[in-house]
Amino acid sequence: MNAHLHLWLIPLLPFAGFLLNGILGGRLPKWLVTAVALLTPLAAFCMVLQISLGLFANPIAIAHLPFVETCSLPWINAGLLHVNFSFVLDQLSLVMLLVVTGVGFLIHVYSVGYMGDDKGYARYFSYLNLFLFFMTVLVLAGNALVMFIGWEGVGLASYLLIGFWFQKKSAADAGKKAFIVNRIGDFGFLIGMFLLIANFGTLTFTDIAAKLGQDPGWNGGVVTVIALCLMLGATGKSAQLPLYIWLPDAMEGPTPVSALIHAATMVTAGVYMVARTHVLFDHSPFALSVVAIIGAATAIFAATIALVQNDIKRVLAYSTISQLGYMFLGCGVAAYSAAIFHLMTHAFFKALLFMAAGSVIHAIGGEQDLRKMGGLRKKLPVTFWTMTAAVLAIAGFFPFAGFFSKDAILYAAFLQGTNGKILWFVGLLTALLTSFYMFRLWYLTFMGESRSPEVHPHESPWSMRGPLVILALLSVCGGWIGMERFGNFLAPSVGVLPTEAGNMRLEIILSIVAVLVALEGWLIADKLYRRKPARPAQYAAALPTGYKLLANKYYVDELYGAVVVKPLLGFSKFVLEWVVDFVILGGAAWLLGGIATFTGAILQRWQSGNLRSYAAWLAAGAAAVLLFLLVPWATVLASLSAIHLGMAGH
Amino acid sequence: MNEINQSILTLILLVPLAGAVLVALVPDRFKLPNWIALLTALGTFGLTLHLPAHFSFAADAPRFQFEITRLWIEKPTIFYHVGVDGLSLWLVVLVGLLAPVGVVASWNAIQARRKLFYALFLVQQTAMFGVFISLDLMVYYGFWELSLVPMAILIAMYGRKDGPKAALKFFLFTFIPSAPLLVAILWLYAKTGSFDFATLRFWVASGALPAGALFWVALAFLFAFAVKVPVFPLHGWVADTFSEAPVALAMVVAGKLGLYSMLRFHIGLFPVQARAVAPVLIGLAVIGILYGACLALVQRDFWRLMAYAALSHLSLITLGIYGLTLTGWEGAVYQILNHGVVDGALFLLLGLLYDRYATSQINAYGGLAAKLPRTTTFFVIGSLAMIGLPMLNGFVGEFLILLGTFTGVSKGWAIAATLGVILGAAYMLWLVQRLFYGPESALAASKPPQDLRLGQLAVLWPLTALMLVMGVAPMLWLPTIETGARPPQLRTPNILPLVLPQSASPTSLNGEGQR
Repeated sequence: MNAHLHLWLIPLLPFAGFLLNGILGGRLPKWLVTAVALLTPLAAFCMVLQISLGLFANPIAIAHLPFVETCSLPWINAGLLHVNFSFVLDQLSLVMLLVVTGVGFLIHVYSVGYMGDDKGYARYFSYLNLFLFFMTVLVLAGNALVMFIGWEGVGLASYLLIGFWFQKKSAADAGKKAFIVNRIGDFGFLIGMFLLIANFGTLTFTDIAAKLGQDPGWNGGVVTVIALCLMLGATGKSAQLPLYIWLPDAMEGPTPVSALIHAATMVTAGVYMVARTHVLFDHSPFALSVVAIIGAATAIFAATIALVQNDIKRVLAYSTISQLGYMFLGCGVAAYSAAIFHLMTHAFFKALLFMAAGSVIHAIGGEQDLRKMGGLRKKLPVTFWTMTAAVLAIAGFFPFAGFFSKDAILYAAFLQGTNGKILWFVGLLTALLTSFYMFRLWYLTFMGESRSPEVHPHESPWSMRGPLVILALLSVCGGWIGMERFGNFLAPSVGVLPTEAGNMRLEIILSIVAVLVALEGWLIADKLYRRKPARPAQYAAALPTGYKLLANKYYVDELYGAVVVKPLLGFSKFVLEWVVDFVILGGAAWLLGGIATFTGAILQRWQSGNLRSYAAWLAAGAAAVLLFLLVPWATVLASLSAIHLGMAGH
Repeated sequence: MNEINQSILTLILLVPLAGAVLVALVPDRFKLPNWIALLTALGTFGLTLHLPAHFSFAADAPRFQFEITRLWIEKPTIFYHVGVDGLSLWLVVLVGLLAPVGVVASWNAIQARRKLFYALFLVQQTAMFGVFISLDLMVYYGFWELSLVPMAILIAMYGRKDGPKAALKFFLFTFIPSAPLLVAILWLYAKTGSFDFATLRFWVASGALPAGALFWVALAFLFAFAVKVPVFPLHGWVADTFSEAPVALAMVVAGKLGLYSMLRFHIGLFPVQARAVAPVLIGLAVIGILYGACLALVQRDFWRLMAYAALSHLSLITLGIYGLTLTGWEGAVYQILNHGVVDGALFLLLGLLYDRYATSQINAYGGLAAKLPRTTTFFVIGSLAMIGLPMLNGFVGEFLILLGTFTGVSKGWAIAATLGVILGAAYMLWLVQRLFYGPESALAASKPPQDLRLGQLAVLWPLTALMLVMGVAPMLWLPTIETGARPPQLRTPNILPLVLPQSASPTSLNGEGQR
């Protein structure tokens, strides 16, 4: 293995782009801003590509993975904490890097067209490059603390990009909400790291794995607590129950940002983290089952909300939450490679869905309401066909990419005993809902007649259409590598996929069931939104409670507001500030001060009671002290005695 | 070189004082006081940089370096004894660094009686340096008192709305606890005949002093320091002081003097007694973290918000100190530096906003980002450093303190303190949003945009760069701090042994002193 891969260059290239555009961007010509913004991620992508090609061409090199690159100077070396900047390249980080830099670069290209007229063009690209920097750090991290740099850093980039149009209050609110909710997850991550140091004395992933492997006594107990703390972090970053609430609001950001950060890459960081620390989860069946349950519950929960949303980006946002739930379901049944497989295919088709949605929004002048679209198939052919590929992929139709990965997760769940069957069934039900709401979106956007005839849509420029076409190809073919080959490749990093040898028939049957379910979802959508378009409104009217519950997203935001935010602010304001700070502490201080002043006045009548005269006295005293300090008495005394001695000597 | 090492600390004390005298002598024209103060501050800062450059890490290097001991007064025996170790070294540099920041922050804000302002400002510098380097308790006490005087006068004279009232509050809160401190110091002298730090340390550890009285003596020390930090519930003065004090003083008034004094003169002098009260301090610190953060959430005035934020952050440092772990101590000292740098930048920026828009009501602001992009950028970076974003400085200190608490003290307290992480992000980002984001407010529209000027940028760029460097390369600082936090004979990695170094015996020190 080549010992000089210079992995550090991969994050630092986009970082250089961030610095250039961030500091000088306002003064550079637009073409130069574009060049810096595109070339730095492209260079990073090419580096990753070159490394992977070198590895694939050389099986011996692959056997030598993981390759660890550590900065020779420590980052923090104090007390119990010894952490280096260390990057690790293995099968897992390689797959992630390809996805992150590849899809990331495509979205940069797309943004050139999408954000072309924005005043904050340079600022936008500097943030986007900053995001890639932190995301690649997160992926390459060799220990938990370096991962935490990336973890918090992508949160920062997300905060900045959601609030990119900061004059809009809703955008600024959404950015802040994303950051704070993520912080709740980060709290778990932090506690998890403290526990790791306390119990293993290290944060390096390989060392933790080695220590766990040495002693079979590590099982459950503290490992469960660590794993659950990390999972809390993951639920924040990857928008799972109960911390998913920031992601729908994050749609306030520019659409390419939603595609890159809030669909394809950043939100999958939690899945990646669980896969990266999978040895911990493997030693705790309880933690694994929690992961699986959270995943499955989130998947179906978000899918039901997506059924009735009318904002095209919100549908996709809830769909992202739901798909991330599948990935956690995969992790929770220890099928990490299946989860990563779905992560990859999802990155393709979900980025594509968002970008196609962006193309639609761009074409019709910023409208995001599905009820005002329709009939766009003819006007936007490239957008239509690429989006169709993505819809088929996410719905899980053979042979599109999503079919292979979703199927692998469901199959792995099915193998896990009775509870696994329940998880599988929930996953299947979610697949039905997914297929339905995606085709609903598809019909409402592209089919039928236009519901806003006054708008004259126009197809997007090639900088936007190009990435759509590439991602459409990937959404079609991305799964053809097959779960078996993908799983074997990842096995050294994340362990072998649990399978039942020689049970091909079961797998095929389950696949057919899944496709039939997806087909059913399509048929329902076809009936409701093509053949009988009046039906949905009738159903909504027939079930007003259910409909309102879904349309208002189960009132979870309101619930959190009423249970957490308002009581906290009220308690702080009325109990802490007024009662404790003002009345009790302020009163006590006032009383003591009064007593002191009073006694002082009686005991020392000569004092004026005037602050300035107190201060003047103190200043005078202090000046006298200083005057004494200034004179080197010892030297004076010494020289005096020397003179004295000298005289005595004569 | 040796001569410079011998006299550098005295120079650091004298230069600001000489500057103060010069400011007092020149006429108040052409911004002469400003320029003299600025040059003095920069010169002093340059001098302080000598210390880290020549600090020795050799195995046989003495704990205190650049040390001078001169007999000053024979009866009572007071030595002019100064020196720095790993705990105080970077704090001296921090005071040096913040002096030019303070001058720049006052440049336009202070228009009336500039001579008085800058003279007192420079005296305050000397006093703070003195606190950090004194190793004789009487000299230390002199500087401690001296550090309070210019502060009180300046708050009274330059207050924004009700200076005298805030000054009186500051005065009552900080001068009154100094009286027991003085009594305690005098009691120690009466029993031992010495004000010298190392000698007293020996006496206290020897068991020759009555234990019951020592407990109260130690408590008197702690009380004076705890008010100055402040520790909950002694923070009553902070909000008013922050609201009224000129920015240059607000950025140094809380925190470092009291925290350092806890490390050196409370725990350093009375390890056994400190250990006895540590659980109480840990509890109060955790309460302070959450209490300060909750109150910061509901403030409507940004000075008061910063005051409660400071309470929260300083409580975290207090937690690191009284956790009595090496990890926590390194984090605590590092966090004092971080807090100084970050608060310096944020106060400078808030001061500029206040000078321009004449209000500190947060809700009056809004939508400034489009008009003042640079101010916004620097403020956002400072806020992120404050809320502990990795790669910026706050994270390193915060993480070390929390880790030290978690592993060495108690998981429960550490978890409660970590909750402050969430609240910290909430109030700072909310502040950023209300000041800079959203639609343009009437206030923002009322003035033509005037972003940062050259002088301000010349201060903010280095401070911001420092936040990044301190976050990425903390090992430029931590090894020095470790020499101060870790006595040489320490073996166990986490728990501070808090036993007396062998070298400190009264005879050797007295002998050294009279040489």
